Amino acid sequence: MNDDIVARIEANPKFHQFVQKRNSYGIIMSILMIIAYYGYILLIAFNKEWLATKLAPGMVTSIGIPLGVGVIVFTIILTNIYIRRANTEFDDLNAQILKEANKK
Amino acid sequence: MISQSTRKILFATAALLATGSVLAAGADLGNTTKQATNWVAIAMFVVFVAITLGITKWAAARTKTAADFYTAGGGITGFQNGLAIAGDYMSAASFLGISGLVFANGFDGLIFSIGWLVGWPVITFLMAERLRNLGKFTFADVAAYRFAQTPMRTFAATGSLVVVAFYMIAQMVGAGQLIKVLFGLEYTVAVILVGVLMMCYVLFGGMTATTWVQIIKAIMLLTGATFMALAVLWKFGFNPEALFAKAVEIHSKHDAIMSPGVLIKDPVSAISVGMALMFGTAGLPHILMRFFTVPSAKEARKSVGWATTWIGYFYILTFIIGFGAIVMLTQSPELYYVDGDITKGLKGGGNMAAVHLSNAVGGNIFLGFISAVAFATILAVVAGLTLSGASAVSHDLYATVLKHGNADSASELRVSRITTICLGIVAVFLGIAFEKENVAYMVMLAFVIACSANFPILFMSVLWKDCTTKGAVAGGVVGLVSSVVLTILSASVWEAVLKNPKGSAWFPYSSPAIFSMTAAFVVIYIVSKMDNSKQAQLERSLYPAQRVRSETGVGAAAASGH
Repeated sequence: MNDDIVARIEANPKFHQFVQKRNSYGIIMSILMIIAYYGYILLIAFNKEWLATKLAPGMVTSIGIPLGVGVIVFTIILTNIYIRRANTEFDDLNAQILKEANKK
Repeated sequence: MISQSTRKILFATAALLATGSVLAAGADLGNTTKQATNWVAIAMFVVFVAITLGITKWAAARTKTAADFYTAGGGITGFQNGLAIAGDYMSAASFLGISGLVFANGFDGLIFSIGWLVGWPVITFLMAERLRNLGKFTFADVAAYRFAQTPMRTFAATGSLVVVAFYMIAQMVGAGQLIKVLFGLEYTVAVILVGVLMMCYVLFGGMTATTWVQIIKAIMLLTGATFMALAVLWKFGFNPEALFAKAVEIHSKHDAIMSPGVLIKDPVSAISVGMALMFGTAGLPHILMRFFTVPSAKEARKSVGWATTWIGYFYILTFIIGFGAIVMLTQSPELYYVDGDITKGLKGGGNMAAVHLSNAVGGNIFLGFISAVAFATILAVVAGLTLSGASAVSHDLYATVLKHGNADSASELRVSRITTICLGIVAVFLGIAFEKENVAYMVMLAFVIACSANFPILFMSVLWKDCTTKGAVAGGVVGLVSSVVLTILSASVWEAVLKNPKGSAWFPYSSPAIFSMTAAFVVIYIVSKMDNSKQAQLERSLYPAQRVRSETGVGAAAASGH
């Protein structure tokens, strides 16, 4: 019986759209994360001077510190944005596909 | 409490934190001196042990089947699991090591915090729900889903055990050194104590007890670190600029602590270390195992969301704590510095910054609390490691390979428990055997193997339809072997451990991940493409059904065993 359900899901074009939609979202988010992280690492490797520039004349805080903390905060926010969409919109689509497969 | 100069603690925590040669080079190998017994810390720790053993007793009554043992029956909520993952992942190294690194170099500590965090989004976006949908007890369930069980399981279990072994040695050696300084216990006694407690948790309480030990530890660590960071910020009117200004004024490196320094040598090493941390996290067996404790893919996602949030928050705290230590410890040099002389460094070594700061902001009681937290932290991590090692042996090797999936739950549970005892004994012996060795490279090696052997086979088997058993095993073996060989040939082992002359290392970079992980993927691709056997065709024909299950969770609910 389980095989029937699997076959019906596989035959449902909605399933393929859904997978494609969620996967491309996941890949875009991964690329954003990779750009943020390796961008920061490459800045450290190639342009330490710029990261050491002060935020404003007379301050000691360098640009690199809020930027680094920013990467951490960005990581947290990005992860949670993905999860929110996956747990609402994508899970609803998923539930709908499962429902259709069970009904027939 | 810390009355003498003990520089070896620097080595001990560097061992835990280990970033290859970068940090190993900064580690100072002196002799550790046993410290005066700290009764407040011991009292706090005894309370922790009493509570966790109480939980273990409660958990033992609920651990009747193999499923209970491996996954706590699959009934952990996303929020609880998120805390447990954080507790599994935030080691004493992140806490003491990163704050110590900030204390010594300022900015550079931040680079580390970021590196240890960025693996989490990758897990979230690519792995979490697929793991939950396909797996039952171990990550080998997922990797071997449509493949020939014997070769895949054997390889995946080997990958797990190797990662667990290296990670474990580093934790045990670090634990012994740390506890010697914090509690004034003998090294051997400390290592045995850690081994016995972790065996109790895992043996009797399985995943349920391990989960709660990790949750309690995470809450203690987050509370302690939050209190310290707030105390520091409060002193500076919650203005980081004022804190940094004071630190720059006091620190011997002055303005250099505001800019990146020596941590990143060359771009190839930087990217390679980054890859190991980013993709290695997604291949750590004790972390992956936690995804099977929740009831659904939705809860699995929530777990990673919470874990990422807590871990990221914690790393921001360690940064503030490091700067707080720079400023506040110099106000009473006689208490915290060797001979009361700031130029001679901290008593107990650079990684004691957070511990000294706890005394500076909260007195002896809070110092005791933070010491107990450090001990609890190690226990939570080694318990998770032992559990994943035991399940690799009992579920993958015994039940699936040896008994071809026909082992009953009771005998599988018995094998897990026997393995737990064996692993505990081995861990204690290795901890004692490696006491005087330089183990700084081991955590990094565990990450490199995880990203070059475990991650590629998981990733390709789940996401690439043409992947076959032969391809996955061949690629995994190449990843595993090249990680180990290149690490041995790099400065962190060739020079620091094998005592070859400086500059003689064959492999010039800090981490082999960029090469070993790439090699694994390429070999999986080529060998799978060339594989046209009957078995390969069968495996490819099974992909659509696997994909339906991994994406929608059809059939997965039954897999959690409840």
